[in-house]
Amino acid sequence: MKNIFHFIIVLTLSAAIMSCEKDNYEPPTSLLSGRLVYQGTPLNLEYNRVSYDIYQDGFGKTGPLSSTFTSEGEFSHLLYDGTYKMVVPNGQGPFLWENIGDGGQDTLVINLRGSAEIDVEVTPFWMIRNPQLSGSGNQVSGTFGLEQIVTNADAKQVESVTLYVSKTLFANSQTNVATNVIEGSTITDVNNLNLSVTVPELVPAQNYVFASIGVKLAGVDDLIFSPTQKIDL
Amino acid sequence: MKKIYSILVVISLSFGWACESDSEFLERPPAESLTVEQAFSDPAQVLSILANLYGRQFSVNRLSDWQTFADFNDVLVTADDGLTNLWHTNNSWPFGGINNFWSTWDYAYIRELNLFLERIEESTISEDLKAAYAAEARFLRALYYFELAKLYGGVPIVLESQTYDFSGDPSYLQVPRSTEAEIYDFVIQEADALSELLPMNADSKSRASAGAALAMKAQAAVYAGSLARYGANTPSVSLPGNVIGIPAERAEGYYQTALEAAQEIISGSAGGYALYNKIPTNLSENFAAIFYDKNANPETIFIEEYLLKFKVHYFTGANQPRYGAEEEEGGALNPSLNLVQEFELLDNTFAPLPTVDANGDPIYYENQLDIFANRDARLAGTVILPGSTFKSRPVDIWAGLQLGDGTVITGSERGQLRDVPGSPTPIQVVGFDGPVATTNQNALAGFYVRKYQDPAPGSGRRGTQSDVSRIKFRYAEILLIAAEAAFELNQPGIAADYMNEVRTRAGFTIPLTAADITLDRIIHERRVEFALEGQYFMDLKRFRIAHEIFDGISMNLSGLRSNIGSATKRSTQPWGLWPYKIYDPGSANHGKWIFKETLSNRVTAADNWQLGNYYSIINNDILNNNPKLLRQPLQ
Repeated sequence: MKNIFHFIIVLTLSAAIMSCEKDNYEPPTSLLSGRLVYQGTPLNLEYNRVSYDIYQDGFGKTGPLSSTFTSEGEFSHLLYDGTYKMVVPNGQGPFLWENIGDGGQDTLVINLRGSAEIDVEVTPFWMIRNPQLSGSGNQVSGTFGLEQIVTNADAKQVESVTLYVSKTLFANSQTNVATNVIEGSTITDVNNLNLSVTVPELVPAQNYVFASIGVKLAGVDDLIFSPTQKIDL
Repeated sequence: MKKIYSILVVISLSFGWACESDSEFLERPPAESLTVEQAFSDPAQVLSILANLYGRQFSVNRLSDWQTFADFNDVLVTADDGLTNLWHTNNSWPFGGINNFWSTWDYAYIRELNLFLERIEESTISEDLKAAYAAEARFLRALYYFELAKLYGGVPIVLESQTYDFSGDPSYLQVPRSTEAEIYDFVIQEADALSELLPMNADSKSRASAGAALAMKAQAAVYAGSLARYGANTPSVSLPGNVIGIPAERAEGYYQTALEAAQEIISGSAGGYALYNKIPTNLSENFAAIFYDKNANPETIFIEEYLLKFKVHYFTGANQPRYGAEEEEGGALNPSLNLVQEFELLDNTFAPLPTVDANGDPIYYENQLDIFANRDARLAGTVILPGSTFKSRPVDIWAGLQLGDGTVITGSERGQLRDVPGSPTPIQVVGFDGPVATTNQNALAGFYVRKYQDPAPGSGRRGTQSDVSRIKFRYAEILLIAAEAAFELNQPGIAADYMNEVRTRAGFTIPLTAADITLDRIIHERRVEFALEGQYFMDLKRFRIAHEIFDGISMNLSGLRSNIGSATKRSTQPWGLWPYKIYDPGSANHGKWIFKETLSNRVTAADNWQLGNYYSIINNDILNNNPKLLRQPLQ
């Protein structure tokens, strides 16, 4: 019994001494956050689709920290202070990343000293203007216009426009309960578009849905969206 | 005294060892490993090294991993393992494919092939053997580069064993990616040279032969030709300097090469290959037998061989009909209705399976098989249909009883007995092979896989398993490559002739004419002939049709039934076809069958092919190690 008692004392003491040693780094504290904007207007994307890379040079391997934008076009990382480079990989996103030169993408240099919030200015191929979504009965309808922003050699044509209705805030091509599509070739007036869709019976029942409009461009994977709206039926 | 004696013994014994000098001891050759010279001095040793290199050939579709056959909604995956249970709930593919199935970057394999080629030069075995083995290793190297090209486009071509000099600067080892055309050219050139060097032996299936080299040449050339011609449909899928993307003007030349190589095999100058036709009385069984008959099979040109007791796989065990099977497991892959309805009617037309008449009323069938009547014989050779037999046991696939008033009675386990109104005793209400919606691994799409299933006893048993070999090149593909190349070279008449050969074997009696041949026809013929063999993956990519087929929009019933036979028909979700038995004593329909299209509740997503999926990702580790590599487009 006495022996055991001695053991316990020795173990506790050694444990206490060992644990005094500082065996870890401070966690990162600087919050780098931001969003994609065009002339001050935030862009909306599809959740978990458009990826970006953040690099930090000088630590051996040069692999990126890869992640994807949220559906509001936002990103955030908890990092150590330092110099970072951010880039959207070639071909990702329904927009042109700034300073496109000879086929390459320029990186955005971020000097992080404490938390920072940045607006990343990009040029979307098209924008959805004045989206008005409303619901009545079991119908959701939307009126909106489209504006072509990029008109030079990089211009893309609208392939289709879709109204997505979902039970959750993720109203996009991955999660939806109802959709309605206008093919790009049938659009005559881009400033005045209408779409409506019948909401099927929801299980479990709920008296509201979320809706958003997505524009698919030819040759671009990622859709550009209007802000998701909650619609009471 | 006795003590002294024993000390003397010890001392005297120790002299025995002590006499040997230390340096001699340290230089004694190891008994358990061979030096390079030793290994390459004996023909049997060289052959065993070559066997190891054969065993490491890569293919996206591997019979030892049945999951690799599960993609593109040709099948509904009903397994409940960690790899596949969420298969149909995620609508986009990662850039390396699901479970990284579309990845390989095995430059260690290439280095060992190169080392083999260098060392066999120094070998002391006979010159004839040297040349023969070296040609086989070159074939394997070209074959692996071909696989790399299919997945990645242009990759670095390394043709010598590189060795690091520990100078601290590895940059001289870093090879940039060659262009996509260069790598196909390399494969074609190697194949061309090897077709002269390799033995002309149509009986040599698992080892490289002149026929295998020509088949590789034909396939590589036709793939390159279509990439050149149809790559323009997706201009964003390209890299600067044509590392991805083949100039369109090269298409013609590649098609010409493909046609010539295919015609060389067809003419018989590379050995006696022919379409398999040993069972002309049962064309479906005949078609299935291509894959399991290893006895003088004229169809196979090159196979990845499996052999009982040495190298076996469990494809049959994982996918066999569940009930009464040797291991009471199977049914992991169910061919989908999307695939089944692609098989044509014998009058060369496309039609959905007739489940309802013009008024929308169900059609009643006497036998389950009647709904599949007058279709391409390859259907029953590819798919185990309800009402057919496998391993001489009838499969029992039906989803429930439908009563006269339209109510459906079904069970929650396979083959369940239940009380049914009008029956004095409980009767069976669902098939022993499924489908039971709430369970896994049964006929949830209404079908089981037939292709590559081994009819041999014990093939579905874990202890024995199957030795059906995976066919890499077969004669029917050579015919269809010739047809495709001829069509692209504006010779539709020749294309129709080659296609008709394959179609006659499938039971078609009305030949296609030159006017019938369209690109849709070519793609469709390849899809049904090579269903569940793996070619469809590359066809989706090289014709640049995947993003149209998998556009992320879910399917409805009318969409499913329409547009069959079109190469770009939407196929984002795998549908099933469930048979129901009519239980209505006294009525004329009692005991007859009706069919209903269903979408399994396992399918919650609609597949969406991103343009970045056309080429597999080169991951960051590889890019880090070699900064000269370009990243893949759109990733």
